[in-house]
Amino acid sequence: MTGNIAILGYGLSAIGPGIGVGLIFAAYINGVARQPEARGMLQPIAFLGMAITEALAIFGIALAFVFKG
Amino acid sequence: MSIVAAAPTDYTAPGVEEFWQPLFGTDGPWAVTRPILLMVVATGLVVWWLLATTKKKALVPGRGQMGTEAVYGLVRNGIARDLIGSKEFMRFVPLLFALFTTILVNNFFGVIPPFSYPTFSRIGFPIALSLIVWVVFHVVGMRKHGFIGYWKSLVPAGLPKAMIPAIFFLELITDLFTRPVTLALRLFGNMFAGHILIVLFITGGWYMLNSGGVLVVAGGVTWIFAFVMTLFELLVEFLQAYVFTLLAALYIGGAVADEH
Repeated sequence: MTGNIAILGYGLSAIGPGIGVGLIFAAYINGVARQPEARGMLQPIAFLGMAITEALAIFGIALAFVFKG
Repeated sequence: MSIVAAAPTDYTAPGVEEFWQPLFGTDGPWAVTRPILLMVVATGLVVWWLLATTKKKALVPGRGQMGTEAVYGLVRNGIARDLIGSKEFMRFVPLLFALFTTILVNNFFGVIPPFSYPTFSRIGFPIALSLIVWVVFHVVGMRKHGFIGYWKSLVPAGLPKAMIPAIFFLELITDLFTRPVTLALRLFGNMFAGHILIVLFITGGWYMLNSGGVLVVAGGVTWIFAFVMTLFELLVEFLQAYVFTLLAALYIGGAVADEH
């Protein structure tokens, strides 16, 4: 089997953000379900949280390609 | 490009090198590449679209003006006013609107056939945009609070004295380094990863279709998935333009806020 261990590293780095993004949207859906009129207020916060959490996975894929060589 | 055309004998997965596409000029750093051409086309498109839909401003808007107003309203009310605050947001709406439209059109180029290349999958483009945002939010913060006051305002008030140096150091790293880097890398990473995934699905499907046997079925399924991924990519492209603008507004809003 051939391949690159950097890609495995990316897989590992995607676990945390995956759980995190899931939690954020679970909370967002919960919030909107309980109080639909708060949607406009919650949406930017949810996407913001997603963007910040996702950054770790993005670092992971960037570094996977950096250390591939 | 050439990987699809040639009858495959041995499959090589797409990599970083697919994104290096010089059109003419030298092969070095000054080559005119596909993304820079797309950037020019995108800028032209945005300018043309804005001029064409706002030339005859009507009180009862037509379809074109309605679309433009919807996009403008999203940036102005949904992003700028919510995150910067109703007092100062109008100053920053032009910047945010320009960021949003530029990123959106360039991202959509990633799945629209004659272009088929997300401009921001070359790291230089997102770096340029995030540098603009970085300079803007520091400068407006310093103008508002003064040079010393701005750096002081990084530390939240009411902190125990012993904590101040550590928190200041952390906030300094966040403001000077983490924020611009993540802003650029997020856009780059999403565009790069999404595009490489589509290329992988399509070239891999093509390879399997040409291999014969059971693999033909797998190749067909792969192409269906390539189509699904393309639709998903459309969503991601919009979302990234939105998130970039949202974060730019948040950083600017944090810099001009009266207190953290």
